[in-house]
Amino acid sequence: MNLMDDMLNPYYVDIVVFLIIYLLLGLGLNLITGYAGQVSLGHAAFYGIGAYSSAILSVTYGMNPWASMGSAVVITFVISAILGLPSLRVREDFLAITTLGLGLIAQSVFKNAEITGGAYGIDSIPVPSLFGLELKNVGYLLLVVVVLLAGIFVMQKMTKSRIGRAWMTIREDEMVAQAMGINTTYYKVLVFAIGGAYAGAAGALFAHKASYISAESFGFTISVTVLSMVVLGGLGSIRGTLFGVSVLYLLPELFRLFKLDFMEMKNLDVYKMMVYGLLMVIVMRYRPKGLFGKTGFKKKKRYSAGKEAAIKGGDQVA
Amino acid sequence: MLKIEGITKRFGGLVAVDQVSLQVNQGEIFGLIGPNGAGKTTFFNILTGIYKPDAGTIMFEEKPFRIAKSGIARTFQNIRLLKEETVLDNVALGMFGKTSSGLWAAILGLRSAKEEEAIVHTESLRLLELVGLASYEQLEAGSLSYGNQRRVEIARALVAKPKLLLLDEPTAGMNAEEVQEMTALIRKIRENGTTVILIEHNVTMVTGLCDRIAVLDHGVKIADDSPEAVISNPEVIEAYIGKVDEEGVTQHAAN
Repeated sequence: MNLMDDMLNPYYVDIVVFLIIYLLLGLGLNLITGYAGQVSLGHAAFYGIGAYSSAILSVTYGMNPWASMGSAVVITFVISAILGLPSLRVREDFLAITTLGLGLIAQSVFKNAEITGGAYGIDSIPVPSLFGLELKNVGYLLLVVVVLLAGIFVMQKMTKSRIGRAWMTIREDEMVAQAMGINTTYYKVLVFAIGGAYAGAAGALFAHKASYISAESFGFTISVTVLSMVVLGGLGSIRGTLFGVSVLYLLPELFRLFKLDFMEMKNLDVYKMMVYGLLMVIVMRYRPKGLFGKTGFKKKKRYSAGKEAAIKGGDQVA
Repeated sequence: MLKIEGITKRFGGLVAVDQVSLQVNQGEIFGLIGPNGAGKTTFFNILTGIYKPDAGTIMFEEKPFRIAKSGIARTFQNIRLLKEETVLDNVALGMFGKTSSGLWAAILGLRSAKEEEAIVHTESLRLLELVGLASYEQLEAGSLSYGNQRRVEIARALVAKPKLLLLDEPTAGMNAEEVQEMTALIRKIRENGTTVILIEHNVTMVTGLCDRIAVLDHGVKIADDSPEAVISNPEVIEAYIGKVDEEGVTQHAAN
């Protein structure tokens, strides 16, 4: 492991680790907003709850990092279910505003509560170790890759199952969902819980990688950034999320890589937001459903009225 | 089979449905008619559980009922299909209440979940066959013609083998030929053992098809009898038939 650490530039390893953390965040949000249609502008709250849970358990209570990360996922699952309750009452833009509010409240709690270390945050978060080896750099990379693959696998299974069908129906038409006997309350709360748990896992992985967390890392900007990544890739598509998050996450790193003369590195964040904005405008204009949305690259069987007529001519319709 | 007693629903000061009692027997085709604003749709929404009645009880086979779970299925007045999903997936949705595999079964790929999916698939195909849309299986539901979309909706309602089917204006916006096809389909559904309740505007179709008809006017039930008796009831003529011209005109314009 240490040999590999020497071979790979730790800077690039870190970029990939943080990218994967973002991918997990994106997958969770895509489940809530893309598959089940519940707009959330407070995703960073779940991310933060996961990060703080694991940090507090391991630093303040001296829990083993593996146990604290596992508990963090469970804790976020439960709290997300509770924070998802407003979705039972409000829809669409109203839900967006409500979740936005919840996100702001969560951040303000992180910043002011005693248990979260207030404005100082929490530092010296321990690194998990396996067989006596501390998981740093490549080791940690392997860990996040395993979590990501598990996350993708579970999400594929879920969205293709009966549960996925329930979420999709709620997204498309809630009245139909009710008429089909789908318990909309249960499935809405469930999607927030599971989507939140993904963000919680991302948060826990972030905390143990960064070793220091503060409320600044879990603000509204994160929620919006992740949402735009998911929307760019295409709501309700796993491939879309992987693609959208990767592109938008790696793009700013490219600027850094090529050291373009006409840019000043200290303004990188400004350039980043400019490119995000421009990309969003272009994508929304030409592919409103995202790059991997139904009108995107992955074209689903689509028939025109003429084709239906052709089939109709071919057989006797009762 | 279905026993409704003293159902009342108020919206603020407006009494949309006032003390309506009805009884629908096994194997019947039961029609519910009434002029616009008579409370038909409100009544229907109470039956399907979208509204909770302010007073009264509904018993289905001597038990309090719940749609889908207790074998009641419905269609919508304005067709509500998932337009971007395939016809087959839309029909499969009707089986939701009949299936039960949960999160773990899905994630672990348990055999019970797979078997359930297989049953859903074959049943959905069978229903598409019944409504005459077998070859449309893989089309996007939204690309079908209006009449065919309605058939998909009926297939979706029937796939779970309901004991009672609620149809909300099944022939709305259809031409004469399509109405005849729909009438034949409803008869076929009844022959397969499903009781049918339908709300309709089309009086000719209802009187030709139903065994019994109830008439609502301003939320009150003013008649409940055989079709012949209902259309000769002076109260009904005053409340409803007098307005049929108006209805006819608006419907025509909508087409």
